[in-house]
Amino acid sequence: MATQGVEQPPVQRPRGKTASGGRKPADASPLTAYLFMAPYLALFSIFILVPVVFGVWISFHSWDPLLPVKPWVGLQNYVDLISPGSTTFEPFWKSMEATGKFTLYSVPLLVIIPLLIALMLNREFRGRNFFRATFFAPYVLGVAVIGILWRFLLDPNVGLVNYYLGTLGLPDNIPWITALPWAWVSLVGVTVWWTLGFNTVIYLAGLQDIDPALYDAAKVDGANGWQRFVNVTLPGLRPVLLFVITVTILASANMFGQSYIITQGAPGAETKTAIWYIAEQGLRFFKMGPAAAMSYVLALALALVSLANFALFRYRGD
Amino acid sequence: MGEGRSLARRLTRQDFLLLSAGAGAGFALAGCGGSSTDLEKAGSGGKSYNGPKVSLSFWNGFTGGDGPYMQQLVDDFNSQEENISVSMNTVEWETYYQKVPSAVQSGKGPDLGIMHIDQLPTNAARGVILALDDVASALKLKESDFVPVVWNAGVYNAKRYGIPLDIHPLGLYYNKSTMEKAGLDPDSPPQTKDDYMAALERMKSKGIQGHWMSPFLFTGGLTFQSLLYQFGGQLYNDDATKATFNSSAGVSALTWMVDVVENGYSPKDVAQDAELTAFQNGDNAFMWNGIWNINPLDDIKDLEWGAAPLPQIGSQKGAWAGSHNFVIMNKRGQDPNKVAASKVFINWVSQRSEEWAKAGQVPARNSVRDSKAFESLEWQPVFAEELPYVQFTPPEPGIADVYTGSLEPAINEAVLLKKEPEAALEEAAGKADQLLKENKQKYQAA
Repeated sequence: MATQGVEQPPVQRPRGKTASGGRKPADASPLTAYLFMAPYLALFSIFILVPVVFGVWISFHSWDPLLPVKPWVGLQNYVDLISPGSTTFEPFWKSMEATGKFTLYSVPLLVIIPLLIALMLNREFRGRNFFRATFFAPYVLGVAVIGILWRFLLDPNVGLVNYYLGTLGLPDNIPWITALPWAWVSLVGVTVWWTLGFNTVIYLAGLQDIDPALYDAAKVDGANGWQRFVNVTLPGLRPVLLFVITVTILASANMFGQSYIITQGAPGAETKTAIWYIAEQGLRFFKMGPAAAMSYVLALALALVSLANFALFRYRGD
Repeated sequence: MGEGRSLARRLTRQDFLLLSAGAGAGFALAGCGGSSTDLEKAGSGGKSYNGPKVSLSFWNGFTGGDGPYMQQLVDDFNSQEENISVSMNTVEWETYYQKVPSAVQSGKGPDLGIMHIDQLPTNAARGVILALDDVASALKLKESDFVPVVWNAGVYNAKRYGIPLDIHPLGLYYNKSTMEKAGLDPDSPPQTKDDYMAALERMKSKGIQGHWMSPFLFTGGLTFQSLLYQFGGQLYNDDATKATFNSSAGVSALTWMVDVVENGYSPKDVAQDAELTAFQNGDNAFMWNGIWNINPLDDIKDLEWGAAPLPQIGSQKGAWAGSHNFVIMNKRGQDPNKVAASKVFINWVSQRSEEWAKAGQVPARNSVRDSKAFESLEWQPVFAEELPYVQFTPPEPGIADVYTGSLEPAINEAVLLKKEPEAALEEAAGKADQLLKENKQKYQAA
């Protein structure tokens, strides 16, 4: 069969040779690699690359997809974002501030609490699977479900939370969802309760990947529990931590549903996040030019944060 | 034909680009709309239909208790008309105005639908809906058949875009048990400022916070607009170039709302719908809310309640109201027969809107409102009393967006006692002026 392969057209020859073990795979046609990547590349181009480039094009226009005229405005949409007094300047940066605050408050909690839970759930004890399922359970609910649920529970005047606080003799008039800082306490708390299951599962997988022999060796060397955590567990979790932190920052920066449903942006527009404002401008008011420009500013900010994050881990790694 | 085809081809490329662009963000919209004048003239203006069998897709946002009533009307129509079959699809209002334009542009959306009156100019300017002047003239519909404000608010650029179905005003709901508890006559709800304040004061002395003031659009924003009209003000000037809600009328309106909170007639920090929950629990007595609450409240056993026109707090009567209007979509590649059939359906339902009134609405058509069937309803005629003085925003594209970007957060902050009413309104008016100017530029360029 191999000799027959030699007489076939040149394109097919390397494959025949490889199959017979005559040549190294590196000599295979370079097309093979592209062929394997083609399905992903096609999807990537259609759904990421083209929209990203097209979005830049939109951001240079006053763009309503249904209006026949889409005037070219050059960099005006970007200039507006740095000119105090423009219609987008104040609300956009206010929404960026809200997103920034939420990320700052929620990420540390979402990185640390799931880690503690994962450490506990990694031990051997009765009913472990029940607790694993319990901690993960809220994550399967949609944002609309948890949003409406907590809006009822946290209602300052007719909600259950204040009612029970009152029966315990505590203040029963805390404005959980209508005033600062309570609105942030509520939004962060609800989000931690809702999504900690995801990070916990990732941590659990990471913990189970650490070689038990390392713990045994540390014990033999006389390390106590804390020392084992710092010198075995944490280094073992390093790649997992990087992943968890990066993904959590991005997820928190994308927050929209919780404040849209629970606080409705109140008080004023204090809890109206960037994604919400951008979606409102672009998809509800059809001002897609400014909305596109704002998306790129937000994307740039997130890229910088992620870069800093990676750089920090690399530095610590050395 | 040739022109239409080349337009279609050009659009396909744009569609593709936009589809790709929108896939991630969840929108997929197409380029500009085609010529709509031929479609607008299709059929006999809704008197009758004698074309081939067609099926129509009818979209609306009646996701609540009002949905089954409209479905019943659709079913009745289907059983009477041989050649037209209508299928109804409900989409939450929240996303309706985002979905309909893209669906219509893709040529796969509804043939006709319902839109709120303040959305008509925006959708007309964006080429989403067709002008319906020939429906009005063929059916001999005129201003005197309807409440004048609702009839006139459906006109944009000298063309009519909506056939009014109903009007849904804000009214005063009162909880009879709570009133009795405070020693008030449960059968005579206060209608003047003095009576209203006296009732609130009396309840306060009995430890009842009688009027829970919402800081959100529902119902705080609607309350503000009602009071603004009562004090003789308007949201915007007539040609929608300037905000006027920061006038002394606006300041009086918002100050009254804030005083209700500060004087302890309302708790602070009222969250969304808390006033409704409190009303159902008998924790308050008065609630300014929309007519659409009639049926939900009726369904609650043992709740003793009534409804009245809003009390007059300002120098004249006034009330916020919305209105549902029939529209026909400017669907790409639309079959003129479907447009003709849609007009027949609209005319049919419009004449039977007393059935629709049962869903908790006031019919826009005078003849229906004067009918025995309507007058025999318990609460709807009470809300109908407000029609002579309800008002709408000027017919201007993008007008609803201006409110969201300016007045909405201002009312919120004032009622939550974070800002003084006058300062909040002043700041909001500055923003609104800019947004109004931007809208003028955007829609005039088009």
